Amino acid sequence: MAAVSIRQIKKTYPGTGLTILKGIDLTIPDGSLTVLVGPSGCGKSTLLRTLAGLEKPDSGEVRIGDRDVTTLEPRDRDIAMVFQSYALYPHLTVRENLAFGLKLRGTPQADIDARIAEVAPQLKLDELLERLPRALSGGQRQRVAMGRAIVRRPSLFLFDEPLSNLDAALRGEVRVEIRRLHEKLGATMVYVTHDQVEAMTLADQLVVLNGGVIEQAGPPLEVYGKPKTRFVASFLGMPPMNFIDATIEGRVARAPGLSVQLPKSFDVRDVTIGIRPQDVRPNEEAALDLRFELVEGLGFESHVHGRLGDDGAPFIARLEGDEGRKIPKWGKLGLSVSPTDVHVFDRATGRALS
Amino acid sequence: MTVKASANAIDETGGRRTFLGEALVHLALIVATIAALYPVLWVISLAFSRASDPSAHVLPVPRGLSLEHFRAVTETHDAAGRWLFGRQLANSLVVSIATAAVGIAIATPAAYALARFRFVGKERGVWLLMATQMFPGVATLVPLYLILQGLHLLDSKAGLVLVYATTSVPFCVMQLRSAFESIPVDLEEAAMVDGASRFQAFRMVALPAARPAIAVTALFAFMSAWNEFILAATLLSRQEAFTLPVALQRYVGEHGAAWGHFAAGAIIVSIPVMALFYVAQRHIVSGLTSGGVKG
Repeated sequence: MAAVSIRQIKKTYPGTGLTILKGIDLTIPDGSLTVLVGPSGCGKSTLLRTLAGLEKPDSGEVRIGDRDVTTLEPRDRDIAMVFQSYALYPHLTVRENLAFGLKLRGTPQADIDARIAEVAPQLKLDELLERLPRALSGGQRQRVAMGRAIVRRPSLFLFDEPLSNLDAALRGEVRVEIRRLHEKLGATMVYVTHDQVEAMTLADQLVVLNGGVIEQAGPPLEVYGKPKTRFVASFLGMPPMNFIDATIEGRVARAPGLSVQLPKSFDVRDVTIGIRPQDVRPNEEAALDLRFELVEGLGFESHVHGRLGDDGAPFIARLEGDEGRKIPKWGKLGLSVSPTDVHVFDRATGRALS
Repeated sequence: MTVKASANAIDETGGRRTFLGEALVHLALIVATIAALYPVLWVISLAFSRASDPSAHVLPVPRGLSLEHFRAVTETHDAAGRWLFGRQLANSLVVSIATAAVGIAIATPAAYALARFRFVGKERGVWLLMATQMFPGVATLVPLYLILQGLHLLDSKAGLVLVYATTSVPFCVMQLRSAFESIPVDLEEAAMVDGASRFQAFRMVALPAARPAIAVTALFAFMSAWNEFILAATLLSRQEAFTLPVALQRYVGEHGAAWGHFAAGAIIVSIPVMALFYVAQRHIVSGLTSGGVKG
């Protein structure tokens, strides 16, 4: 196991002139599961591939443990990677796929057999060892890909969106499996995903990337609860956070259909207010005046879509159970919000104002 | 599906099949099949007939079943009494196998490099490679003859292989390049993370995954050499050096045509190609990479 340190990594793709990574600094603690999350093109996969040695950075330094691996080939980094496509060798059986890396490193056959015998039952692969990848289901292929990484006992595991080719039910199952595996192995893992549920549930450390820079890194609940930028706030949470351009007067933010108390006073006047859909409560003496447009009932909760005031910003409120269904069409809904649940962002820079 | 439903089956274009429509389609297919098979049946019939006059055989039915033509063709001997047919068959096999082997050996690494690496002049190089395919072999016949003469390689298998390889290599490169491009790069990257060098990733992962494409490409290179006539007829002048197509052509000469011998020879020449196609058909239709990555 090893900690990973990334210093000032920059990467521009030749030909396109597109800068994918704009000076990334990140420390990945030993034995942690760090999730890199962000929208398509944010640089998360490039960063992972840079850790793997499959991409060479233009500048900067990557250290795994006490070794500077920046210029090392992938095979010399003592890492294992699970690919989105699984990348199982199609002409080799499951057993041969698992043994491939160990054989290349000259591990004695007896050790290889012992390690496969140890890992196969953990991943329910015992019955599949003599099969070719094409005779496996998607979930089984995914498990072989994980097994291939685990038998190697590398100092760093890399996962590149390993669940995105699975159906929703299986995804949930394997997600729990990965977390369990991490607890058991205590290995350092870096996991790339665009799925915020995976990111929130798996991460010890959550790293939100956008446009080639780290927007915020920290424990997932901290990143979710105290987003440092409007981007992070909008990326985490479903339904997403509501944003309303407002003006601050004293400790009150005002906008059409909105007049909310703030936790403290701010120096700036023009701000963007962020309120998560689940942080509002129906209330007659309301701070928010929601004009109801439609409701999405999920049974256990309902999402009420509308606008603030007659012509204000669009707003989504999440209500418990079936409450949303009871609102008459084109009716009004008063909502209140606790001052501590109001996020305030600089309208120009998008940075949170603390 | 019930009987009633299948009677009203709707074809892929959404139209209803009628009995008359089906009958017309089948009639057209039968006519086309006969048109395609007639010359083949005619050759078979001629080869197995006792007589050797093609005009007597409008219907492709052998007259007086006989293997005489096959015996005559396979038992040819030269002036010194050596088995000429065997020699010519060996010439054809050696030249065709060597052409396929040289083509694949040179083209495989070249195609991999074109599929996977970025380098200066790559696209221009590919264009030049394509350009060599635009000219028919005959266009270069005279210079090729003079070059082989200078190298003292006329009338030799090595000379013929050299000439055939100049056309088979670009063809093989083109075929294999697209084969390597269709193999997900993830496979080789996984191998490199697992501990392979670039060359090991090529040898242990990309090459096996490309095996069906390599087999099919080799088959086509083999066939083009096996069937080639014009270059061989020009560059070979001694009977012992002939390949089978050249030898075959000698049965239809200025002073008379031994059509029966020719037909028997044509069938013999076709057998290896048909056998190879039969063996390789699994590779031709299958994709070995299926299952390795999510499709």
